[in-house]
Amino acid sequence: MFNLFKKERPNYPEFWKAYEAKFQEELPALVSQTTFVVLDTETTGFDYRKDRILSIGAVKLQANELNVSETFEHYLQQEKFNPEAVKIHGILKEEKAECLSEEAALRAFLKYIENAVLVAHHANFDINMINSALKRMELPKLKNQVLDTGYLYRKTLLNSNLINKEKKYTLDEIAEAFIIDVKDRHTAIGDAFITAIAFLKILGKLDKNKEMKLKELLKL
Amino acid sequence: MKNTIAARIADFLKNFPPFDLLQKEQLYTLASEVKVIYVEKGRSIFKAGEEQHQYFYVVNKGAVSVLKPENGIFETIDKCDEGDIFGLRPLFAKENYLLETLADEESILYGIPIDIFKPIAENHPKVREFLLQSFASNTRNPYASGDKGKLLTSITPATGTQNLFELQPAPITRKVVTVSPATTIQKAAQKMRSRMVGSLVVVEDNIPVGIVTDENFRDLVANGMSLEAVPVSEIMSSPVICYSKGITISQAQLTMMKHGIDHICITEDGTPNTRVTGILSAHNIMLSEGNNPSILMKAIQRSNSTNELKKIRNKITLLLRGYLESNIPLNLISKIIFELNDATIKRIIERCIKKMPAPPPTDFAWLSLGSQGRKEQLLQTDQDNAIIFADVAAQDHAATKAYFLELAKKVNKRLSIIGYEYCPVNTMAKNEQWCKSLSEWKEQVAQWITSAGSDELLLSSIFFDFDISYGNVQVSNALSDHIFELSRNNKRFTSALAEATLRNPPPLGFFRQFVVEHDGENKDSFDIKKRAITPLTDAGRLLILSHEVKNLSNTSERFDKLAQLEPSNRELYLACSFASKALLKFRTKQGIRERNNGRFIKLGQLSKEEKMKLKRCFRSLKEVQDLIKVRFEVKAYV
Repeated sequence: MFNLFKKERPNYPEFWKAYEAKFQEELPALVSQTTFVVLDTETTGFDYRKDRILSIGAVKLQANELNVSETFEHYLQQEKFNPEAVKIHGILKEEKAECLSEEAALRAFLKYIENAVLVAHHANFDINMINSALKRMELPKLKNQVLDTGYLYRKTLLNSNLINKEKKYTLDEIAEAFIIDVKDRHTAIGDAFITAIAFLKILGKLDKNKEMKLKELLKL
Repeated sequence: MKNTIAARIADFLKNFPPFDLLQKEQLYTLASEVKVIYVEKGRSIFKAGEEQHQYFYVVNKGAVSVLKPENGIFETIDKCDEGDIFGLRPLFAKENYLLETLADEESILYGIPIDIFKPIAENHPKVREFLLQSFASNTRNPYASGDKGKLLTSITPATGTQNLFELQPAPITRKVVTVSPATTIQKAAQKMRSRMVGSLVVVEDNIPVGIVTDENFRDLVANGMSLEAVPVSEIMSSPVICYSKGITISQAQLTMMKHGIDHICITEDGTPNTRVTGILSAHNIMLSEGNNPSILMKAIQRSNSTNELKKIRNKITLLLRGYLESNIPLNLISKIIFELNDATIKRIIERCIKKMPAPPPTDFAWLSLGSQGRKEQLLQTDQDNAIIFADVAAQDHAATKAYFLELAKKVNKRLSIIGYEYCPVNTMAKNEQWCKSLSEWKEQVAQWITSAGSDELLLSSIFFDFDISYGNVQVSNALSDHIFELSRNNKRFTSALAEATLRNPPPLGFFRQFVVEHDGENKDSFDIKKRAITPLTDAGRLLILSHEVKNLSNTSERFDKLAQLEPSNRELYLACSFASKALLKFRTKQGIRERNNGRFIKLGQLSKEEKMKLKRCFRSLKEVQDLIKVRFEVKAYV
């Protein structure tokens, strides 16, 4: 009677329900107890609608540690192909990396991230890319909290009128500032790893005493 | 599914023993299970008595100190840097950790799972042999040429001991040339010449009563005494400083420094009442290569890698600690450390110029600003530097600037690697705002000095505290003369400087209580830099500028000079000079103890005596601030 205006919930597939169920749990109170997933996507271009994800790389961080055995590295089958993008990340259409379909890759990705806090450099782009892919599968958007290392890095700099607060820092600039090796730059997993090390160093500056609450970090 | 990160870690490990002995697949399997761990500076990885972890560790980036607890005091027995292994032995011995480990700087470690490594190691004869040898010799890498497993740089030969060079026994000369007190000077001199020695020990029944060195002969000639009939006892130095034969190098060096001597006599029980058994000269210590400043200097000038310089830096810190513990006067310490820092910077710039595709297109000066510029840098703090290059033709300007920015990028990076962290507000030569041609700088400074905001005005004041680390002095002098002219008789400038100086009153409240930070991570401590050192530095700079004294940048020297210039305020200025040294020493000791930059002093950890001392410093600061208030008519701060 009363749910005239209630939209009928579409019946989502099992894997999405399992992913959603994870969000019943509360996130830990402290940054030092939180699981973060640092990710990066390589794409055919910058148009959320037209362009496609070529590969997703992600690593998991917990209490300043990263297990190499728990990295996420998948290449996606392409029906679209943008020769321009090849110059940057050299994933050739013909290259025979083991490719998953977009759907299989995203299923694996959702299973991997659970309710972790997602971290990426200029995160908006990667998250939008993934949300567009979810939309094609008729699924809602990602439910995770998201942090952007580009934004957080600026927070570590001193407030000084000599610093341009609006400046957008590229991953290369941040890697240079923190003296991080940029091997495997421009592969999704390589960039995710560089971003992860940068994120750890940023946390080292923001959360010196390991007492920072996750809420504070998300609100910065 | 391939694992790119594992492959990358395997790539790193394969350069270091024992991983270099493994086959590619084995190494990849091992690397796939590695844990990458980020450790902040000053955190411990494991503590003595802790149960063993599932992993042992390899340093990927950064540096880790291994400490041995001895009666509650921790002695550093080893330092691990890139590629070094630690924490493996207890896992094989199945015992708890005996040692403590501490990150000396922000570090990235690879945790290698013992469960996977152990079977590989046990089935691989060469790896097994390597581990057995390294456990037995207690050094990390038995194949290395002596620069591993000990704190020594590659310039010292392997001696197989775990001791620091500083703590090793000093090189004693057993064959002592002795004379009796009655020997004539001429005879003594002849003996010295024939035996080719620089000193004689004067003995009665083999008991040392004095020592004669080349110096005594020089004094003798200077005093115009006759030469033949005078017995040696007339000119000898006595009593003799004696030690027993276990004297360590650092003890010997410090004793020599303290007493201003070059020779120590070694006797049976270390007192002047027993037989002479040897002699120890400063010269011999120097030859035996250790952490003596002049040797470190040589090592710096000869160094061919940034890593080597980083190790030398560690030795400089040890030297500093030794100096502080033995209460060597701070001016002397500052001077020595400044020279070593300066040489390090010079060496880095020298090497970076070589790495550039072409020599510098024009003259330039590399300026060290801030504490290094004032010769007050003892601990490693953030780097502050700038480049001035000579003017070039307009069409070459862009290329010239690009050249120096590229050079600066290289230098800043290497300085950061050896421990001078990047400046948080980006005052570094690689920032194009701090890398300019002479005329650009002149324009910039003129704009600062005449601009409305007092913050910009303060920026120009850093050019009163710089030291040229490399390049052409004329270039930097041209700029400082220019600034001097601009600021001369410029009331706006001096009153803005005065205002800024008074911005931070000393941290004493109304009831002479310490004022501490109320919140944030440094709660209940006070910021000795912001509250005491900086205001005193500012005061010294302002006053010395008002007297138009140039090229004197060290704070305590400035106050000493002021004491000469204004006899009426002599007492106050001398007190300020003393305070600036005392505060710096305080901060340095704190920094060495806490392994940080020593800025925040926890009130709870101060002894009564220390509190008194600090309060005395603050009183001097307050008085000098009052003087500034009156003299420069600053009203804004009550």
